[in-house]
Amino acid sequence: MAKTSAKMIVSDEVAIEILGLNKWYGDFHVLRDINLTVYQGERIVVCGPSGSGKSTLIRCINRLEEHQKGRIIVDGHELTNDLKRVDEVRREVGMVFQHFNLFPHLTVLENCTLAPIWVRKMPRAEAEAQAMKYLKRVKIPEQAKKFPGQLSGGQQQRVAIARALCMNPRIMLFDEPTSALDPEMIKEVLEVMVDLAESGMTMICVTHEMGFARQVANRVIFMDQGQIVEQNTPELFFLQPKSERTKLFLSQILH
Amino acid sequence: MAQNQDIAFVRTEEAPQLSPPSNYVGLNGWVLENLVPNWWVGLLAGAFAVFAAGIIWDLLNWAVFDAVFTGESREDCIAPAAEGKPLGACWAYVRAKFGQWIYGFYPIDLRWRPNVVFLMFAALLLPLLIPKIPGKGLNAALFFIVLPIVAFYVLYGTPLPYAGLGFIVHLIGAAAAFIGSVIAAIGYVLDSVVGVIASSTAFGTLMSWFSSPLAAFSSALDRATTSLSEPPLRPWGFWIDYAISTSIILGVIAWRRTRKQTDWKGPIAKGLVIAAGLAILIATLGLPRGLPIVETQLWGGLLVTLVVAITGIVASLPLGILLALGRRSNMPAIRLLSITFIEAVRGVPLITVLFMASVMLPLFLPAGVNFDKLLRALVGVALFSSAYMAEVVRGGLQAIPKGQYEAARALGLSYWHMMGLVVLPQALRIVIPGIVNNFISLFKDTTLVSIVGLFDLLGIIQAGFADQKWVSPMTAPTGYLGAAAMFFIFCFAMSRYSMYMERRLATGHKR
Repeated sequence: MAKTSAKMIVSDEVAIEILGLNKWYGDFHVLRDINLTVYQGERIVVCGPSGSGKSTLIRCINRLEEHQKGRIIVDGHELTNDLKRVDEVRREVGMVFQHFNLFPHLTVLENCTLAPIWVRKMPRAEAEAQAMKYLKRVKIPEQAKKFPGQLSGGQQQRVAIARALCMNPRIMLFDEPTSALDPEMIKEVLEVMVDLAESGMTMICVTHEMGFARQVANRVIFMDQGQIVEQNTPELFFLQPKSERTKLFLSQILH
Repeated sequence: MAQNQDIAFVRTEEAPQLSPPSNYVGLNGWVLENLVPNWWVGLLAGAFAVFAAGIIWDLLNWAVFDAVFTGESREDCIAPAAEGKPLGACWAYVRAKFGQWIYGFYPIDLRWRPNVVFLMFAALLLPLLIPKIPGKGLNAALFFIVLPIVAFYVLYGTPLPYAGLGFIVHLIGAAAAFIGSVIAAIGYVLDSVVGVIASSTAFGTLMSWFSSPLAAFSSALDRATTSLSEPPLRPWGFWIDYAISTSIILGVIAWRRTRKQTDWKGPIAKGLVIAAGLAILIATLGLPRGLPIVETQLWGGLLVTLVVAITGIVASLPLGILLALGRRSNMPAIRLLSITFIEAVRGVPLITVLFMASVMLPLFLPAGVNFDKLLRALVGVALFSSAYMAEVVRGGLQAIPKGQYEAARALGLSYWHMMGLVVLPQALRIVIPGIVNNFISLFKDTTLVSIVGLFDLLGIIQAGFADQKWVSPMTAPTGYLGAAAMFFIFCFAMSRYSMYMERRLATGHKR
């Protein structure tokens, strides 16, 4: 079952601090009083039924969504309307999307070097060498010269992970990275994610892959109706869920 | 096997393969399939063939067989009528007027100047259009920044011999004068608008606070540069300018070399030798005397058409992109300004814009502030087409999925990086047909500048019809056919190039 060796000791350095977070879409209260502290090196899996606000939560962390109330402090920077500060945070926080969102007009290599060259002002040769390093890590260096449209879904998602890693982020956010993939491609993406987790990256993953949660997560968070209902280590979360809502959810997704 | 006993013959080997039936392949097959698949399509095709052949035959007769190719005057073109032969096109007229079609009333002994500009234009445009040729960045900089300035001075002329620095100072002065005039004009126009309700000079006064220093600055620079070419400084003014310009260029090279910690003495020595050589060459050939000024009233023909069209095309794309981005901006003031501009311009015909620019604007302007007529038409055409371009570009922006913006944002790209590197390259590719559509229609709309007294290609051709020496029944048709042919060449070239570009750019995106 759970591979405890992967769970390295987590530092007490705070990576993300969320205090009393509230968000509304018009009248709809998406996030209610979220409090969450993520430590450096921690791997967190967020799960919950659709519409529970889990994607919105992690999209608030790099301010793809604005919050209306509460504080979010990422890596010591509080997220406010100060765009400079937001860009600083985004440089340190990598994100992987459900639909990959690769840039279709650029090759795989250019996708990976774009941000390092323009945001980090890295020389092209250095950026390309680094991109090849990460493409090797996600096991597709041979596709570097191809365009995203020529790759399979699993390959595209691995490129998306490499692209995020090329900014050398301190934190990685995964927004349902395997939900848009065919079953046989899920495995190749999860392998990359496990490898990343074992290297000690701080990760927050919104996912329904409970096997992944068991294998690498330090903590599983269950959300429903915009609230964090329950959080626990994967062992306790899956074996002894406390709330009724969690039990119902688990019974539906674990057959 | 028993029932096969009474069969007389059984083939024991495979029959040889026949070639496909002739009514499926080759020219024959194509004709059978497309022209006479059944009797009524065959009938239609036949009728159309007869009709088309008739038109082509008539056209050929008129344009080639009955046409007059050489001659000195109208007499030669109407000569066949006296012999009872049908009249054909009067190409002799086109030959006689062709120079005017291209250059307008540009002085004949100075026509080499437009030729130089045409040549520079072609020499810089062709490598820009052919993807295989390297050095696109430098090429684009030369084409979009250096060429317009050089082209202006070559076409318009400059009396002053500048060596470099003087030229740049003069350019700054000209820019300051232009901006000052625009600011002053805005003040007067605002006053006139407010003046409908109550007499006002407030805006004019306000704007003059900004425009007068600019005008003073400009005239000071003008005096400074002019004094270079006049006694007592002449001829030393040129050499002072030359020495300062050379040392600035060499200084910049040396500074960049030392910053990169590479050898700087070698290039500087080379540069000094080149500068000295050039100086000796100039000294022996005599100081440049500058180019005599040719006022824009004398420009005409294809020259004006190309100047208006190319300025419009080159200015409308970036302006249109900015307006499209402005219209989708989160900032209310910028969005409102963009929407107002786009909708106001789109609500008005181009003729009205040109009329306002050339007839009404001078009424609002204070005495002494005057813009060149061609310049006003250029600004009018550029602003007009940029509003249309903005809507085309906006269509492309809307086609880009939200995920692209989010991915760019999540990587920490700034707004301009996101737009310039991720969104616009995709959006513009989608709307290439629309953009080129605008370019082509802009190219043809340049004919409208003839109503404000500029002689573009069509205008000069029409003006030529009044020439008593060439009046004949066939002068106008021949002229119009010539005009149509020249417009067609340019528009068709643009259309084909856009199709080529679409195909080329599409390869990277196939799914």
